[in-house]
Amino acid sequence: MLLDIENLTLRLPSGAAARPLLAEVSLTVGRGEVVGLVGESGSGKSTTARAVLGMLPEGASVSGAVRVDGEDVLAMEPGRLRAHRSRTVSMVFQDPRSAMNPVRRIGDFLTEPLVRVRGLPKRAAAAKAVELLAAVGLPDPERRMRQRPHELSGGMLQRVVIAAALATDPGLLLADEATSALDATTQAEVLALLRGIQEERRQAGSGLGTLFITHDLPLAAAYCDRVYVMYAGRVVEHQPARGLFADPRHPYTRGLLDCSPALGDERELRPIPGRPPSLSDTFTGCPFAPRCPRAEAECESWTPVTVPFGGDSGSADGGSAACRRLELVARSSS
Amino acid sequence: MTTLTAGALLPVKVRARRPVPVMVAGGFLALVVVAAVFAPLLAPYAPDAVDLSASLAGTSPEHLLGTDASGQDLLSRVLYGARSSLLAPLALLALAALLGITMGTVAAWYGGWVDTLLSRVTDVMYAFPGLLFVVLVIAVFGDGLTTSVVAMGLAYAPTIARYTRSLALSERSKPYIDAYRVQGMGGARICVRHLVPNLSGALVGYLVVLFGEGLMSLATLSYLGFGAGSPSIDWGLMVQEGQDAVVQGALLPALVPGTAIAAVVVAFNIVGVWVSDRLGQGR
Repeated sequence: MLLDIENLTLRLPSGAAARPLLAEVSLTVGRGEVVGLVGESGSGKSTTARAVLGMLPEGASVSGAVRVDGEDVLAMEPGRLRAHRSRTVSMVFQDPRSAMNPVRRIGDFLTEPLVRVRGLPKRAAAAKAVELLAAVGLPDPERRMRQRPHELSGGMLQRVVIAAALATDPGLLLADEATSALDATTQAEVLALLRGIQEERRQAGSGLGTLFITHDLPLAAAYCDRVYVMYAGRVVEHQPARGLFADPRHPYTRGLLDCSPALGDERELRPIPGRPPSLSDTFTGCPFAPRCPRAEAECESWTPVTVPFGGDSGSADGGSAACRRLELVARSSS
Repeated sequence: MTTLTAGALLPVKVRARRPVPVMVAGGFLALVVVAAVFAPLLAPYAPDAVDLSASLAGTSPEHLLGTDASGQDLLSRVLYGARSSLLAPLALLALAALLGITMGTVAAWYGGWVDTLLSRVTDVMYAFPGLLFVVLVIAVFGDGLTTSVVAMGLAYAPTIARYTRSLALSERSKPYIDAYRVQGMGGARICVRHLVPNLSGALVGYLVVLFGEGLMSLATLSYLGFGAGSPSIDWGLMVQEGQDAVVQGALLPALVPGTAIAAVVVAFNIVGVWVSDRLGQGR
């Protein structure tokens, strides 16, 4: 498995947060796979992604394992960790404009990792950078190389960031809200670009795994192969994308789908009552219980465990969900 | 119904405003630099040419700014004095900037106990008046221009360190710095290649203001007799040498170098504030 996170729990010192930032998060990404990670802000999506890079919040105590190609990232010493960040994993950020040094040229942004990580001579790096820019569909790449970030649009910059992320030929791509800040049309273009790269790599035999982080569940369900849904630092549901859309098992997933409008959909929009939990909230039982339409008194004291379910009731390969009343949800939806 | 032509509502002053004081100050500083460089060509006399017959002469066609007690031409001495008066603060600032920027960046980057340690050291240095510290160093290592430049450099480093630290702290939290870390770039490389260069605008402005201050402090030291010694030509030293003449009714020997110091310091302040406004985005 390319990325294998196992029971990752992350706690801040008791003064900083009442609940763990991440609680027993387990997820996997295989080569050639696009895996979605969905949740509201503060649910721990980005914290999970940063843990893959070995970047933990200051003072955090951590248990569990984050394995990339079988090697535990959390046990790496600093030099190895830097090599891991430069070679194995790349990240694409939400806002490309703020993720680039505003006074450097676009070319520097690409040639720097090529020279530093792959040891190319300057001239070869520049040629390779032009090639990369052309590959992400940026028109007139030679001219772009000399421009500065403020001269390009957000969508173009995101292409540059993607090109830079791929420059070192990583095995795993972390896309943290990579399309959330873009216009709908640009978003579609960038998604198509990412898919295209994925396909290209698959055919070349070196599968690229993508962890696609977003707050947009319908987008994740449409774009990804499998989707994990996070709530309050916990993975509450995991399913193949098709199954998730057709047959959400966890009441939170269901709630998220119910409050996303779709064209030609006669259903009423039903927002999830209450607010997403903050770091100062503590839970005796299921964290979603206070907002859950199906919650019972016992849910308040039930510590969530992930319950697997088979592929018999609609979903292709089955999945898992952390709900006490899973059977009930499954029955009512079929 | 009145008709308005396009642009009629724009206040003309907005377009016409030019930083006149800055241009004057900058022009003046350029002149001073030229004077220092070409002093041998511009000076009418050798700066150490003694002419006791013309002792304490007032302004005259022969001596445009008069002479001092030994009959040395004040204009020539002020022109030559500009050299050490400009070079010494430059050396001072180079040392102070190297130390201060390094300390400030390291403190901001690593945080934690490194930051605490460096900040406390800075605070202790801050608690002493700079001049007192310098006099202390001179008392231990003996006087002279080199000692006072090094001592002043050490005294100025904490100020620069503190300013750099505050700038670096806010710059460090920007996403692009984080992006470099995500790419696996080491801390030292990020700081040297990206963080500090991006602070340079604000830092340069600050250093220009400090240059004026450093010039004044060094002149003070020379005046007190701790800095440049007697055979050398330095504005601070000239003020000290000229003050006896004041009693004899001749103001020029003290007034000429004094005015030079004041004018240059004020000019550096004006230019420095303008530079930090322009380059440092209002910081």
